Amino acid sequence: MFAISFQKVTKQFQTAKGQLTALDSVSFNIEEGEFFGLLGPNGAGKTTLISILAGLARATSGHILVNEIDVQKDPLKTRKLLGIVPQELVFDPFFTVREALQFQSGYFGVKNNANWIDELLTSLGLADKANSNMRQLSGGMKRRVLVAQALVHKPPVIVLDEPTAGVDVELRQTLWQFIDRLNKQGHTVLLTTHYLEEAEALCQKIAMLKTGRVVALDKTSELLKAASSNVLRFKVDAPLPPELAKLARVTGRIVQFPAQNAAQIENYLSSIRLAGLVAEDVEIRKADLEDVFIEVMGESL
Amino acid sequence: MMGWRALFYKEVLRFWKVSFQTVGAPVLTSLLYLLIFGHVMADKVKVYDTVSYTSFLVPGLVMMSVLQNAFANSSSSLIQSKIMGNLVFILLAPLNHWSWFMAYVGSSVVRGLAVGSSVLVVTLFFTDLSVSAPLWIIIFALLGATMLGALGLIAGLWSEKFDQMAAFQNFVIMPMTFLSGVFYSIHSLPTFWQSISHLNPFFYMIDGFRYGFFGVSDVSPWLSLCIVSGALIAVSYVGLSMLKSGYKIRG
Repeated sequence: MFAISFQKVTKQFQTAKGQLTALDSVSFNIEEGEFFGLLGPNGAGKTTLISILAGLARATSGHILVNEIDVQKDPLKTRKLLGIVPQELVFDPFFTVREALQFQSGYFGVKNNANWIDELLTSLGLADKANSNMRQLSGGMKRRVLVAQALVHKPPVIVLDEPTAGVDVELRQTLWQFIDRLNKQGHTVLLTTHYLEEAEALCQKIAMLKTGRVVALDKTSELLKAASSNVLRFKVDAPLPPELAKLARVTGRIVQFPAQNAAQIENYLSSIRLAGLVAEDVEIRKADLEDVFIEVMGESL
Repeated sequence: MMGWRALFYKEVLRFWKVSFQTVGAPVLTSLLYLLIFGHVMADKVKVYDTVSYTSFLVPGLVMMSVLQNAFANSSSSLIQSKIMGNLVFILLAPLNHWSWFMAYVGSSVVRGLAVGSSVLVVTLFFTDLSVSAPLWIIIFALLGATMLGALGLIAGLWSEKFDQMAAFQNFVIMPMTFLSGVFYSIHSLPTFWQSISHLNPFFYMIDGFRYGFFGVSDVSPWLSLCIVSGALIAVSYVGLSMLKSGYKIRG
């Protein structure tokens, strides 16, 4: 049984400029207990897909099943199975952290939830803020409350929509330790993030979306294998000649070339020398998920 | 499905936490109406033979407070949650349209009755009031609060910004309340305006409510009961349908 099954999910919006296809027949499955990454640039359709899963929006066509239950046919059942951390930093200014969690438990019909709420507060580093009003919390603290709110009913499937956007290193560490623990206890996790390092470290399987279509879907290890195996990285003080620049990834002074073998690396270095440039801090590293991401997004142009 | 109770409790606590604004302020406003209108009009207007103008005014003001506050509760809660984005917590929960309806309308009834009974208690210091048929008082207060709670729900779902909400409140709810006989008996109006007033369901709420105090009214309380019940069913049906279809809250 799949924890989540996306079946030809299409979503179209009517805009002033005409019809916009946000999702184009998206299909993939997430196994029970899997830590799954959904990646893609801004506007790729990740949040739209999660909104349909959560019942916040409706698909134009296609189906999403959670534990084999259709989210559009039986939304009350599927919402109980899902714990969704929304991307927007929203909160109810009338209440304290503990009240927010108590209400959320109540909406899900969970009674006598004080112990689990205490555990959530402690695990997410919120214990000393339990009786603070939501307005008094910093952005990072509000983000933690969003995570806690999504977990009050111990959902078997946890969906995190960019949970680490704009939060500090400490929260990321706390959050990932906690989510990893829940995953090891059997909870399925669906994560969207722009931090590809996090996705590489945490996700067993990854789907990449681009303009509403799935452009890559595989185990993280397979995706890394399939990409160019190495990256040549160095710094230069002057711009690269255009024919070299189009092959490279340039970030300020840092230049990176995807490379399959030693001959290719030698070629790049000699071209640089012939162009009259000096490469400093030269290193060769293994390709990471960011390289794969850029390769996949480039190919599917 | 017991989730609605949590939402109901949250909605009650929401207005209770700011009770100066949500209960205290409307009580003071009603008291000012009573003192000023009562003082200016007391010797000039006689509505029923046995009832002084100030006494006549009290049930009208109480009912107006019930109606306006019931409307304000559900409508302001929804529009704030929509604009702040925290409606998502309720949208993500397994609550069906009945749960939403009971919680939002139920809490509006609580606020309407809390304000209404406070106004009643405070005004008793300034005027004598008889109670002729208490059951009618309770029935019309409950029906009126429920109907305005449901109208507030509709306005809250429909509005996308505060401006639209203000339009609904000022161009629909306020005129219907003020033109319903809060401050006067419609028998004092020219015939044309009497007929117009008879088309306003708010008139029947206030008239029936007033009957409970004085045992006299412009129309029979049974007729008022039928019309108010009919209007309540219609408004509730619209509100529940909007919730069921996710009107303007689910994309």
